[in-house]
Amino acid sequence: MMQIPCIYCGPRDESEFVCGGTAHLTRPPLESDDRQWAEYLFFRENPKGAHLERWRHAYGCGQWFNLERDTVTHEIRAVYPITQAAPR
Amino acid sequence: MPNRYSAWSLLRGALAGHRNWQGAWREATPKPRYDVIVVGGGGHGLATAYYLAKNHRVTNVAVLERGWIGGGNTGRNTTIVRSNYLYPESARLYDFSLKLYEGLSRDLNYNIMLSQRALVMLAHSRHDLDSMARWANAMRMNGIDADLLSLEEVRSRVPGLDTSSGARIPVLGGFTQRRAGTARHDAVAWGYARAASALGVDIIQNCEVRGFLKEGGRVCGVQTSLGDIRAERVGIAAAGHSSVLAELAGLRLPVTSYALQALVSEPLKPLLDTVVLSPGTGGYLSQSDKGELVIGAMLDLFPSYAQRGSFAVTQQILASILALFPAYARLKMLRQWAGIVDVVHDSSPIIGRTPVPGLFINCGWGTGGFKGIPVGGYTLAHVLATGEDHPLAEPFQLERFISGRLIDEAAASGIAH
Repeated sequence: MMQIPCIYCGPRDESEFVCGGTAHLTRPPLESDDRQWAEYLFFRENPKGAHLERWRHAYGCGQWFNLERDTVTHEIRAVYPITQAAPR
Repeated sequence: MPNRYSAWSLLRGALAGHRNWQGAWREATPKPRYDVIVVGGGGHGLATAYYLAKNHRVTNVAVLERGWIGGGNTGRNTTIVRSNYLYPESARLYDFSLKLYEGLSRDLNYNIMLSQRALVMLAHSRHDLDSMARWANAMRMNGIDADLLSLEEVRSRVPGLDTSSGARIPVLGGFTQRRAGTARHDAVAWGYARAASALGVDIIQNCEVRGFLKEGGRVCGVQTSLGDIRAERVGIAAAGHSSVLAELAGLRLPVTSYALQALVSEPLKPLLDTVVLSPGTGGYLSQSDKGELVIGAMLDLFPSYAQRGSFAVTQQILASILALFPAYARLKMLRQWAGIVDVVHDSSPIIGRTPVPGLFINCGWGTGGFKGIPVGGYTLAHVLATGEDHPLAEPFQLERFISGRLIDEAAASGIAH
């Protein structure tokens, strides 16, 4: 089972967490066209390898934070607050 | 077709001590140029090649497979075929697929061991009963067989299910699609490969696509581990790895890859003659012809390309299967694995053109790709051969994510995303 290091509570089992998908997506301006909205809502890089993603410690402190995790090995390379810029 | 399989050929083989059987498909080395290249030698890719040759007489075709054919999700699913979908577009698509499955053993001269043993969907609450009534009615409106089941009917159909008043997970009733069932997954891949190869298609294994050749923005071939191969048109049928290939062509897809896991038990004597799905707990199971219980689980709900699946989900699925079937408590599990599935937001496939000229795609089947193999191949072959969308595939274009005309089958896909 994956151990996820919550920045507030320390490492816990993955079953305590909910993944919120890709991090650092920014909402486009309101006047954007359908294509830009679709890019924001649906289209994803979906990398095989390093992925920056949001997680919530749903059955713990309830807080959101970001991970850099490898989607093949599931190795967690970085943990950082949700307000912080991407590590790369 | 060389070496047509029949009772007579089996008898002849037996008399010769089964020493003279030939390979089911030709070993092929890549030619420098093809009319069509299909990337991905799973069920969908092989079916695409077969229907290109059979329906459209396009036989100068190569199927490129990174590993061995049928070694990806085609070899990792729970072999269930069904067409119990909600909306008319999906009903047409999936039922066409089931109908092709019904005739496939004859069509391919290869026994795919289709067993229409019916599927029983369990209702665990009043809400489930109501939504299944809606679901079954929608299916009937679309001309697909569906019947609501009382608790008594569920009991007689699913032996061993705990329907007592003290059951941990109560069962109130359910519904069934009687034409649903299972098919032998390897046989589907091998049957399509054999039939396509006999029509002239080159099936090239251990050939990884590493890039796309382009001329004036148009895809005109692929770069592979066996060198460059040129083609008029290229189709991708790579399931969970669709995004990886699309990126090589400079394209992004509305796809996220997840691991979907399954397990099989040690073999048992016949004890379950139907497919049971419990949407409320995320578990589903059937008994294979070898006697193993084939158990499917829910997704690991985080992006993953790891073909193993997490222990948290294994534990949860076994707990719910045991709550439903307490008699299975001493059963040992023999194997556990995961396939990487390509999930899109409306849980419906994408079959057709891409914004890159010359490049076509069949993806987005998510957790239900096996049942879609015949129609996925049929419709991708149509657009590759004619340049026009097959009428069945028209609603399932990539464009729908921009226009907003989604076909939201999240509930009918059977597995919570």
